[in-house]
Amino acid sequence: MTSAVRADALEGQPIQPAPFDVWQVREDFPILKQQIHGKPLVYLDNAATTQKPQAVLDTLARYYAQDNANIHRAVHQLSERATREYEEARVKVKRFLNAADAHEIIFTRNATEGINLVAQSYGRKNIREGDEIIISAMEHHANIVPWQMLCEEKGARLRVIPMNDAGELLLEEYEKLLTLRTKFVAITQMSNALGTINPVRQIIELAHQQGVPVLVDGAQTAYHLKVDVQALDCDFFVFSGHKLYGPTGIGVLYGKAELLEAMPPYQGGGDMIRYVSFEKTLYNGLPYKFEAGTPHIAGGIGLGAAIDYLQGLGMENVAAHEQDVLRYGTERLREVPGLRIIGTAQNKASILSFVLGDIHPHDIGTILDQEGIAVRTGHHCAQPVMQRFGIPATARASLACYNTREEMDALVRGLHKVVEVFG
Amino acid sequence: MSDLRDLYQEVILDHNKRPRNFGKLEEANRQAEGYNPLCGDQVKVYIKLEDGVIKDVRFEASGCAISKASASMMTAALKGKTEAEAEALFQEFHDLVTGESEADPETLGKLAVFAGVREFPARVKCASLAWHTLHAALENKDEPVTTE
Repeated sequence: MTSAVRADALEGQPIQPAPFDVWQVREDFPILKQQIHGKPLVYLDNAATTQKPQAVLDTLARYYAQDNANIHRAVHQLSERATREYEEARVKVKRFLNAADAHEIIFTRNATEGINLVAQSYGRKNIREGDEIIISAMEHHANIVPWQMLCEEKGARLRVIPMNDAGELLLEEYEKLLTLRTKFVAITQMSNALGTINPVRQIIELAHQQGVPVLVDGAQTAYHLKVDVQALDCDFFVFSGHKLYGPTGIGVLYGKAELLEAMPPYQGGGDMIRYVSFEKTLYNGLPYKFEAGTPHIAGGIGLGAAIDYLQGLGMENVAAHEQDVLRYGTERLREVPGLRIIGTAQNKASILSFVLGDIHPHDIGTILDQEGIAVRTGHHCAQPVMQRFGIPATARASLACYNTREEMDALVRGLHKVVEVFG
Repeated sequence: MSDLRDLYQEVILDHNKRPRNFGKLEEANRQAEGYNPLCGDQVKVYIKLEDGVIKDVRFEASGCAISKASASMMTAALKGKTEAEAEALFQEFHDLVTGESEADPETLGKLAVFAGVREFPARVKCASLAWHTLHAALENKDEPVTTE
């Protein structure tokens, strides 16, 4: 039998962040202290995954060293401790997203699983032949393929909000796409390939005027911007723990309780049941109805520690620092001959995607790696975005709280080396 | 930088900039497509095969310098070779870039410049994509090959 720890018991004092000192912050991340090919590591692949602060590493080690047990099952002390910590983490997520209730927080493996859960559970129940689902031209594959699969099964149609050359969605086109046939909208809050921040509040409002629910993919935003799911009024919100300085293998689906309650389970197994016989199974309530089997307990607890860490830094401080480095980096990159930035939206964050003459991004990536600089090269799991800009791939530098202006200088020096090799 | 120069040898940079045998081969009787889904490199290999001998071979590609240069140098090395010689050369090239076993420099000739690739495991697929595609073309496979 399971019982959620209620949020109210943990509503403590708000954490007061100290003034932001990036060099102090870097001290919290042991991985950053190493050299790659004899050069200091410059880690600029944060949109793929962020590094983990010591506080998260310590939490994981302490959990396994002292508290490890299965949760929601046994009466012994270790199980009680593990259960309490796991449920406290859920409450931390609830507060982090400003959800109305902790049981609206479902732990998943990652953002992708959250989207698949909604597509398979809400989608299969509610989408019918001839219905339409709206996504945008800047989605990554995780927010395209699950809806394509659903559309194929149901005979529904996927509609795509187009974007302009700067990488901004055309809202007037979105309004035209919203019709009586529209039954769902799934939209990224921030593009992983371009950095564009979308006006999701407005997108949600327009959908709600037609009674259409909206899923917001927060995979890229949760570690950059303060998210308030109640203020956004989104119906679903997903993110991955590993992009938020937490462990891999843990993610979150937020859903409005009334929607989640009406949805059928996604997977069957232990923990998601109230009573099982061979004739009939009664499902458990929220959130456990959607958490079959033993979850990533350490991951959930580690994510809680990551949230504490991020809130300790202060989300506003982190956002302001990243904007400063982004602005500086954008200016410096423009000095590199032949470099073109892909994604120049007015409202963007933490992503510098670019092409450099006719030099293929993989060659850029290999040469930068020799300089100790880690960037992502390729299509960023967003092939339609590449097609929109008529390029096969980009090189992408993506920022997190620990990146510095000096690292932007190192990137520019590395790019001059690329030009030298291929010049 | 020494490692980098091993990878990006002058001759590789040259073949990247001015690929030989680039473009469609109209009279091809064998062809195949290769795709590296991880990085998006694409290559098409066209072969004119007569009595088991490669009379002509051309390619089209979009991808990084390593994959383009590899395809270009492969086509240059293959003209006049028998099917069996081409397959044997593929095996030698594979050994060279993976370092799995000792490659024979004499058989490889100019292709030996790709030895530097073995120090860059992420790039081995770029170098071998054209060769996998050649193999598929000789076997007359309809399905596009991938390096995954």
